[in-house]
Amino acid sequence: MTATTATSPPRTRTSLRGRVSDLLASRPKLLALVLVLPPLLWLGLVYIGSLLALLLQSFYSIDEFTGLVVPEFGLSSYRELLAPANMDIIVRTVTMAALVTLASGVLAFPIAYYAARYAKGRTKAAFYLLIMLPLWSSYLVRVYAWKLILAKEGVLTWAAEETGTLPLLDGILGLPVIGGPSLSVSYIGTFIVFVYLWIPYMILPIQAALERVPRSYLEASADLGARPAETFRTVVLPLAMPGVVAGSIFTFSLTLGDYIAPQIVGPSTYFLGQVVYVQQGTAGNIPLAAAFSVVPIAIMAVYLTVAKRMGAFDAL
Amino acid sequence: MTSPAVRFDKVSRHFGPVKAVDEVDLAIAPGEFFAMLGPSGSGKTTCLRLIAGFEQPTGGAIEIFGEHVEGVPPYRRAVNTVFQDYALFPHMTVAENVAYGLRIKGVDKRSRRLRADEMLSLVKLSGYGDRKPAQLSGGQRQRVALARALVNEPKVLLLDEPLGALDLKLREQMQGELKSLQHRLGITFVFVTHDQTEALAMADRVAVFNEGRIVQVGSPEEIYERPRTRFVADFVGGANVIEPAAAARLGLPEGLWSLRPEKIALGGGDGEAIRLQGRAQEVQYQGAQRRVTVDLGADRLVMVVPAGVANFGEGEPVALSVPAAALNRMEG
Repeated sequence: MTATTATSPPRTRTSLRGRVSDLLASRPKLLALVLVLPPLLWLGLVYIGSLLALLLQSFYSIDEFTGLVVPEFGLSSYRELLAPANMDIIVRTVTMAALVTLASGVLAFPIAYYAARYAKGRTKAAFYLLIMLPLWSSYLVRVYAWKLILAKEGVLTWAAEETGTLPLLDGILGLPVIGGPSLSVSYIGTFIVFVYLWIPYMILPIQAALERVPRSYLEASADLGARPAETFRTVVLPLAMPGVVAGSIFTFSLTLGDYIAPQIVGPSTYFLGQVVYVQQGTAGNIPLAAAFSVVPIAIMAVYLTVAKRMGAFDAL
Repeated sequence: MTSPAVRFDKVSRHFGPVKAVDEVDLAIAPGEFFAMLGPSGSGKTTCLRLIAGFEQPTGGAIEIFGEHVEGVPPYRRAVNTVFQDYALFPHMTVAENVAYGLRIKGVDKRSRRLRADEMLSLVKLSGYGDRKPAQLSGGQRQRVALARALVNEPKVLLLDEPLGALDLKLREQMQGELKSLQHRLGITFVFVTHDQTEALAMADRVAVFNEGRIVQVGSPEEIYERPRTRFVADFVGGANVIEPAAAARLGLPEGLWSLRPEKIALGGGDGEAIRLQGRAQEVQYQGAQRRVTVDLGADRLVMVVPAGVANFGEGEPVALSVPAAALNRMEG
């Protein structure tokens, strides 16, 4: 073989499409940039941008006579935020979010454990379907459905009457603060609806974390003398913790920001999201609404920092 | 007489129609290094899991040092396991892993750390106690798994293909270390492997498994020199199996025989040897030796020729001899 035939010159592309392909194929970083540019622009401008605008507005104030926004920096809206009535709303919302998260975790864990350890094939497919199915229908429809279920004339009261457990229901409704005339206008009702709405977001990350625990870990623990309860406490729970934390981020932040469910089911007291809704709408107090919006952002920032320390994002 | 360390009496483990373990009888002596050898799916691992308690037998009786253990969960058995994937807890340090069994028993923090460090030095991992398993190499993890099991002073140590994930050099080194460790501690070791060289090199006795049954139990020499069935002859060391019809053609005594490739000699041999003529059909270079398949017309024999003997090309005539003592009669 001679040298001239051994190397043929590289084929040159002439068409534009061909040249673009060659360029992208030879520079993977350029391709990556092309791929992420549109979402980056969207997140950067629309999302982060409006967030910054919101932050900015929270430092403005409102002219009490004209009702117009005064674009001057100050802390008056934050001072207003600290008023006892507003602090009540914040405490109420955070308490609700914490309780909903706790209940979701306790309820979701066994379900996720079953799905990760025992369900196989068709059972597993059915499990996913059942978890995801509610998410396919409108959120509003589901909340209104709950209002009907929980109402005084609703199916729950009827069932209590039929089974003779009405005194129990009345006892629950008679509890101070969380009780009320009927479940649909009590904090218990709001709580039930929130847990129902967000529990899929708790189940799925826990299940993902549990699936990553190989059976041999459980066997090794048993082999070394641990009873099932000890194995759960020392091996399963620590390894599932990132999933629990990831799920709790969903349930906590979703409850914190929701302004529709508590409006439909629950007493007529406000939650954080409702205040924002009312302040920026009817009241037209954009600065106060913005200051209220900063509260869940701040809470979530703290929460995420703690969660990151716990390795919660490894399970995502 | 003392009771055996492990005894199986007609033990079966069926998974639906699949007979993973089928009426296995077995007696492992205290202090023995016992290997369960077989291809994958032969039931050897299920037997190990039956001893550990991860599986319950569907039939038969299992005794560990004379105690019946059917229905006894793993956490109440005086045995410990070294898992194939080591199964080290990733959220605990090496020392916490090793001390896990002691922690469960309620040993206080200080003394269990002391014991863990002792065990780590036994497996030559002193100073690694504060690392996480993810920071160790495969060989080191294997030692941690060993230390974690041994710290509980088990009556029987079960090892499930513990060397399978290691490279050849490390594997050979660990074989020696395991053997000497077992010698020093005097604990009964039950070792599952699909690697016949490993089983022959380490075990006092070997049980060869096939299709859920034990086909032969014996010392490594017995298993290698006197295989009882076609399967054992072929699986352990790849012996020539000479069917009765072939035996008649080759002028051997009547019967089913196995013949080790290295027992076949080149040339005429002594007076009682059986002499055969053939052609080299396939020559495989293996470093210290060459593996030659000799075509004898209707039959084929595999022999090994040590390095240094003149090479022959494929198709060349070969004169060989089989010493009568090299033939091993097998059951039909």
